[in-house]
Amino acid sequence: MRDVIEIRKQEIIPSQEDAFALQGISSGSKVSSNIILLFDQAVKIFAEHAQPVGIIAEISKNDFGIIYAGEGRNETDTPVAEIFQKADRLALFATTVGQGLHDKINELFVNKDFALGSMLDSVASAGVEKAADVLEAFFGSTVTRGIEDDKNIAVMRYSPGYCGWHVSGQRKLFEYLKPEEIGITLRASYLMEPLKSASGVFIAGGVDIHFFADTYSFCSQCETHSCRERMYRIEHSINASEPGEQPASIDKRRKE
Amino acid sequence: MLQNPASNLHQLINVERSEMDILRQIALVLQRGDSSGINELLQQALDNKLGPREILDDGLIAGMNVVGDRYKKHEIFLPEVLLAAKAMHVGMDKLKPLFLKDEVPSRGRVVIGTVQGDIHDIGKNLVAIMLSGAGFEVIDLGKDVPPKKFIETAVEQNAKVIGMSALLTTTMPVMKKVIGELKEKGLSGRIKTVIGGAPVSEEFADHIGADGYGYDSVQAVDCIKRLISAS
Repeated sequence: MRDVIEIRKQEIIPSQEDAFALQGISSGSKVSSNIILLFDQAVKIFAEHAQPVGIIAEISKNDFGIIYAGEGRNETDTPVAEIFQKADRLALFATTVGQGLHDKINELFVNKDFALGSMLDSVASAGVEKAADVLEAFFGSTVTRGIEDDKNIAVMRYSPGYCGWHVSGQRKLFEYLKPEEIGITLRASYLMEPLKSASGVFIAGGVDIHFFADTYSFCSQCETHSCRERMYRIEHSINASEPGEQPASIDKRRKE
Repeated sequence: MLQNPASNLHQLINVERSEMDILRQIALVLQRGDSSGINELLQQALDNKLGPREILDDGLIAGMNVVGDRYKKHEIFLPEVLLAAKAMHVGMDKLKPLFLKDEVPSRGRVVIGTVQGDIHDIGKNLVAIMLSGAGFEVIDLGKDVPPKKFIETAVEQNAKVIGMSALLTTTMPVMKKVIGELKEKGLSGRIKTVIGGAPVSEEFADHIGADGYGYDSVQAVDCIKRLISAS
């Protein structure tokens, strides 16, 4: 399976809470009308300029093992190294909200509209995560389709640069996935262009394989511990999803 | 005709009061992040014969200091700081031409950037904006900055401090590389280093030999102020 997926903009407009979290504003905080106005303006710009698109390619465990090893710079002990071996299916992915949005953020900063530029940056970052959510849900739906006991299958994603997977892992990931097809390229420093992009692996398998203690050596340096939230989501979505349902937010452009 | 000394005194007091009022208003408008209101007030202050240095120090910088304090106390949020920063820049653009070339206020030059392999720059941008609001000249190298670029720019620009930011744990070693190369080149005494970013800690800063650590943008600016005054 290798799919290029066009993602509907309106499905990835982030919530106020998600964008505010990236601005350091915790949930439930009382914010001024100026901040609400900035968020509304940023969402409007996002809706005008975002061009979300994604690519996903299924991969065998053996091939992923080679990609995950990357340039040999990963931490010695990582959750992904253990989890992917127990997976039912794996897929590489990349997604972006496009260069236009990045250019718009830069333009705002150049014009000293720091507050709006920064809010748009947060909205775009949260939007990329939502785009990855859409791809994840799509992959999840292909995994669970036809499986009666699909509630016990969950998908979790990991990206180079996080959880002990060295950012240099991007090179082999790109060689396999070829996201240049949707306009994502890799810089010499392994960062993606456009900058508002995400890449990584979707690991699908029994719910139990996804749980781990975030006590790896690198976890102490991680301030987000987003894995906890994702594990929580898995735990609480077991009874929520409809079997084999394909998310409404995607259009498959081409299947190869 | 003799002038009434009491009346002169009243005039003097009124002038001082109106000067204080206008500077206070500038500081307040800046705190509100009202960029469009700042220009009009600056013009009023200049019409009242206040000097650019006084307007800068007692109006704009005084206002920005309050913003920094309130942010430190979690009374306001990042977007409000950035709105104030824009007002600060608007004000500086108006005042700068009034300073003689060699009098353009600068507390020192700082090279700043997000380290190679990392693109997360909100914190770095905030530090840059706050530094420039505090009167420093900031050379912002952006994101994904290689060690060589930090050092070359700092040397070329005669900067006193290099500020480095990282959000990814995997890119933190780049900070160590910059500090190591500064030492190798015998520049570590002359160019100080300050690091920050979500995964960075004071212990890490000590471990890699950084001169300073900023938990947040306000602390980073305080730290840079201290390092520059000490040098």
